[in-house]
Amino acid sequence: MSPRGRGALGWWGLILPAFLLLTAFYLAPIIQVLAISVTEPRPGFGNYERLFTSESVQRVVFTTLRIGAVTTVIALLLGYVLAYRIAMAGPKAQRWWLLAVLVPLWISVLVRAFAWVTLLRRQGLVNEGLLAIGAIDEPLPLVWNEFGIIVGMVHYMVPYAVLPMLSAMREIDPRVLAAARGLGASRGAAFLRVFLPLSMPGVIAAAVLVFIFSLGFYITPALLGGGKTLMAAEWIKLQILDLIRWGLGAMMATVLVVAILATLAVFSRLVNLRRLFGAGG
Amino acid sequence: MSAPAATTGHALSLQGIGKRYGEFVAVRDASLEVASGEFLTLLGPSGSGKTTILMMVAGFVEPSAGRILLDGRDITALPPERREFGMVFQGYALFPHMTVAENVAFPLRVRGLGRSKRDAKVRAALDLVQLGTFADRKPSQLSGGQQQRVALARALVFDPALLLLDEPLSALDKKLRAELQEELKALHRRVGRTFINVTHDQEEALSLSDRIAILNHGNLVQVGSPEALYERPATRFVADFLGKSNFIEGNAEPDAAGITLRRGAARVLARGEARGRALLSLRPEKIALLPDGAGEDNVVEGRIFAWSYLGTGYGLVVETPDLGPIRVHLPAWRAAVAPAEGLPVRLGFSRDAAVAVAEDRPAAIPGGAA
Repeated sequence: MSPRGRGALGWWGLILPAFLLLTAFYLAPIIQVLAISVTEPRPGFGNYERLFTSESVQRVVFTTLRIGAVTTVIALLLGYVLAYRIAMAGPKAQRWWLLAVLVPLWISVLVRAFAWVTLLRRQGLVNEGLLAIGAIDEPLPLVWNEFGIIVGMVHYMVPYAVLPMLSAMREIDPRVLAAARGLGASRGAAFLRVFLPLSMPGVIAAAVLVFIFSLGFYITPALLGGGKTLMAAEWIKLQILDLIRWGLGAMMATVLVVAILATLAVFSRLVNLRRLFGAGG
Repeated sequence: MSAPAATTGHALSLQGIGKRYGEFVAVRDASLEVASGEFLTLLGPSGSGKTTILMMVAGFVEPSAGRILLDGRDITALPPERREFGMVFQGYALFPHMTVAENVAFPLRVRGLGRSKRDAKVRAALDLVQLGTFADRKPSQLSGGQQQRVALARALVFDPALLLLDEPLSALDKKLRAELQEELKALHRRVGRTFINVTHDQEEALSLSDRIAILNHGNLVQVGSPEALYERPATRFVADFLGKSNFIEGNAEPDAAGITLRRGAARVLARGEARGRALLSLRPEKIALLPDGAGEDNVVEGRIFAWSYLGTGYGLVVETPDLGPIRVHLPAWRAAVAPAEGLPVRLGFSRDAAVAVAEDRPAAIPGGAA
């Protein structure tokens, strides 16, 4: 074996422990899930047929897609404004802004979900406040429904939307914006024709990230949905732990994995995901 | 764009403009007239305020004092997009997501020009900079020189009142820079517009400009044609920044043809006006090595302290007992002797070679307006 070949083998050797760990505890269970979906309760594609025949399964799929899409759009809009504000701030202010964006990430998702419950429930701060100023006569149904889920999920997702968009915005040469103004573009035209298109790779990356996260969300929908609006993850838990229908749960899990891979495949053709998720270059 | 020269240029007038950032004065009370069709260069070291002046003209920086007039109309408060100035930015600032043609079409698009008119103008502008065949490329697929020409086409396509250039050639290597200097000069003649250029490169300023405005520490030090500035620098800074110079200090007396400067036992005949303590600027290339017996207005004896061969000539440092170290530039093909360290030499220079200059005072603004 050539010395170079031996060197390469050494590097593979370094990767080996992590590779084995991932195979044993991550890849193997996923393959097992895939297997269960076509073997339980009896071998065949019976579980997958339910995707086309069972109304309740379809409802879960569409609810998940709808909530994921709405969450993505709202998180992107809020995140874009935030990222723009941060990108335009001075270096010192930028650090404070970033800290403010990141702090929620460090708080447990459970704590945040319960915080939203206390804010949004019938006797919560929001409803009490609105009643007190006479804006409403009846408490609004703000939680234990789709609205509550979306509020909680958007709150969770905004930092994930901000970060890729901010990194794309930071790569925009400020002179290019000045050039647009100098060549006759108003502020608005310079934004629409130059800044927005140049920040688009960041927007797409953020969209992919947030949408994929949203599809598999569990705790927030479980707590803020109050068991009435079921998203895929909670439905899987229901099937496997409560109804002991392993095959059906595994089928939905597989559908989720496939949906995520499909999303990634489509968008990796549009933008360089490697670069946007921070792989340098 | 192909309209005859002289009718298309516009005149700019800066009246006592200044810019402060808190305590820091970036530009102090600068007044300058730029004539229609003129190529004016703002020249100075970094931090001299030249870019700040350009940015105030462009409208990106608001002056703290003074007024800016275009053909007599006050434009001080006008935002950049309404000034109708073409601008070539440092590093070109081409739009990376647009093709060359889209870049050049941008100023026309934001002005709402129709498609057919736009296409014709874009084609004409690209032909003007000889990039007609590159219309569909992205800026990243072009060389630095080509990007620079796209930036020029984009800045000229909408028939701007003025063309502002912020260090347009600084990102290019030396050889390309010389080439594009000539192109830029030819382009200026062709389009007949008023060009205002910013640079720290004195060679670029000398070769391109009709007039140069020299800045130092936020002050406009001297304005004039390249020849005038080189031959009659007003201050030590101008003499030193534009070309190289020896400086000789002494006591000056006016005489019949100029001044006589005394320094110890030595006397130097020079041009200009001065009385009392004075400073002379003496260009290294205006000094000759005299053969035995030859005379000159001024003759100084000394020994070669150091020398180097520069291709076009020899650079010598001659230590003279009378005037201290003197730098001399000799054309290699005319050198009377082969230089050697310690070699005794006689230096000669005419009265015209030495000119009295003022010491720099922070607030001195001689020759502010042309």
